[in-house]
Amino acid sequence: MQCEECGKKPATVHITKIEGGKKTDVHLCEQCAVQKNSITLNTNFSVQDLVAGLLNSGSVGPFKVDIVKEPKCSVCGLSYNKFKTSGKFGCSNCYKIFGDRLNPLFKKLHGNITHTGKLPNKAAGKIKLVREIDKLKQDLKTAINNEEYEKAAEYRDRIKELSAMEQEDV
Amino acid sequence: MSNWIMGGGPSNHIILSSRVRLARNLANTPFPLMLNKTSGADVIEKIYDEDTKNNIFKDYKFYDMQDTGFVDRYVLVERHLISPNLANHGSIGAALISQDEKVSIMLNEEDHIRIQTVLPGLQLKEAWTEASAIDDKIESKVDYAFDERLGYLTSCPTNVGTGLRASIMVHLPGLNISSNINKILNAVTQVGLTIRGIYGEGTEFIGNIFQISNQITLGRSEEETIDNLTGITEQIIDKEKEARSILLKSNKMLLEDRVWRAWGIMTNARSISGQESMKLLSEIRLGVDLGVLENIPISILNEIMVDTNNASLQKRIGTELNTPDRDIIRAEEIRKLLLQQ
Repeated sequence: MQCEECGKKPATVHITKIEGGKKTDVHLCEQCAVQKNSITLNTNFSVQDLVAGLLNSGSVGPFKVDIVKEPKCSVCGLSYNKFKTSGKFGCSNCYKIFGDRLNPLFKKLHGNITHTGKLPNKAAGKIKLVREIDKLKQDLKTAINNEEYEKAAEYRDRIKELSAMEQEDV
Repeated sequence: MSNWIMGGGPSNHIILSSRVRLARNLANTPFPLMLNKTSGADVIEKIYDEDTKNNIFKDYKFYDMQDTGFVDRYVLVERHLISPNLANHGSIGAALISQDEKVSIMLNEEDHIRIQTVLPGLQLKEAWTEASAIDDKIESKVDYAFDERLGYLTSCPTNVGTGLRASIMVHLPGLNISSNINKILNAVTQVGLTIRGIYGEGTEFIGNIFQISNQITLGRSEEETIDNLTGITEQIIDKEKEARSILLKSNKMLLEDRVWRAWGIMTNARSISGQESMKLLSEIRLGVDLGVLENIPISILNEIMVDTNNASLQKRIGTELNTPDRDIIRAEEIRKLLLQQ
C-alpha cells in the first residue's frame, strides 16, 4: 500500500479513527506521518494507554517500560502480567482492577470500548438512565457548538432532572 | 434427531445451520478457569437446582461431564451441542441439552454459562430471539457479571460486551470448484468476521463447509451484529448461486461426472475414512442441490455428516473401534443411509 499523502513511499503508519461511530483509516509513510502531525487523536487515548498497548501487542519497542506497581486482582489474585500472558481474566473484578489499561486491547479487538447492546433486566433501569444522561450530554455539547442555546437549555434541564433521579435510586 | 439435521429453513441448499451463542457469567464468582471441583459444583448448583430443573430446564437433559464417558462426550461434539474444549477439559463442566437439540447450555466451559441455539437454514434472527429469551429466564434466577460500560463480562476479552457469537454453517462447493473461495474468505475476514472449520475454533476446513461468525462483541448491538452477518451471508449465497450456475452452464458434464463418481464411491466403498467421506458428501450434496441426484432428502446427508463420525459410530455399535474397523463400519452405514432411498 502506498502513502495516501505523498503517494510515493509505502505506507507504514496506519491510523484508525473512530468518531461518532464512524471509522476512518489513514495510511501514511513515516515522513508524511511526522509532517502531518495535525491528526487529532482520540482524546481518551492517554500515554498510559499507549504504553499498555505496546506491552499488550508484544511488539519489541526501542525502549523498555517498567511498571512500578503491578496491578493485581483483589478477588481472584490474577496479576496484570499474568493476564497479558494468558489472555484470560480470572473473574469479573479483574476488569475493574485493570481498568483503563484494557482500553487499547478492547479497541484493537473490537474497535470500541463501550457496550451498546442488551442489558440484564435487573440492571436495566439504572443503566438506561445513565445512557440517556450520556447521550443528552453529547447533545448538549453539539447544541452549544451550533449556538442553539434554547435547545441547550432544554438538554441541561433534562440532564439535571435525570441526574436527580439517578441519585435517588442509589 | 436435532432440528438442523432434519434440514429445511431458508436457503438450506447453501446454509446448513444458523447458530447463536451467548456467554454469561455469575456476579462475584471467579471464572471457571479459577474454580476447583467444589467451587465448580457450586456454580452449577446455582444455575441447575431443584427449582430450575422442574421449570426452565424441564425439557432438558443434564450431562455432568465427570459422569459422561469420552465417547458420549464426543457424540455431543459431533452433533455440535458442546465444544471440543468442554469435552476435553470438562472436569468441572456440564451441559444442558433440550430434547429437540435446538438449545444447548454449557456450564463451566470458558464462561459459567454459554447458551447456544441452532436452527436450520438462514435464521440468525430467530436463533437470537430464542437465545435471548432463555438468557432472560436464567437471569431471573441468578445475578450476572455485568458492567455499565463494558456490558457482559467474560473470561476472554474477545467476548466482552454482548457475549454474542453468531455463526452460520455454509456449504460452498461452487465457489471452491471455481477457485473463488479464497477471494470470498479474504473479503469476509476484512469486514470483521471470522471463518472457522466445521467444529469451531482451530478445526480444519473439510467438505467445503465453513463456519462464518462475528468477531466484534463490544460497541455493536446484538441486532446490528445479526443484521450484519445476515447481510453478508445473503451476498455469499448469491455468489455461490452464481458460481453454481456458471459451472452448470460451462461444465455441466464435468460437474455431473464429479457427482456420479462421488455417488459411485459412497454407495459402493467397503471402507472409507471420515476425511474422504466428507469430501464426497460435499459433491453429493451439490448434486442433490443441482438436481443431478434426485429423491435424496437433505436430512440423510446431514445425518451422514454427523452420525458417521468416529464417536457417533462407536456409540451406535456399542464398542470401541480401531481405525480400520471404523472405516469399514462407516462405509456400511453410509451405504445403508444412501441406498435406503
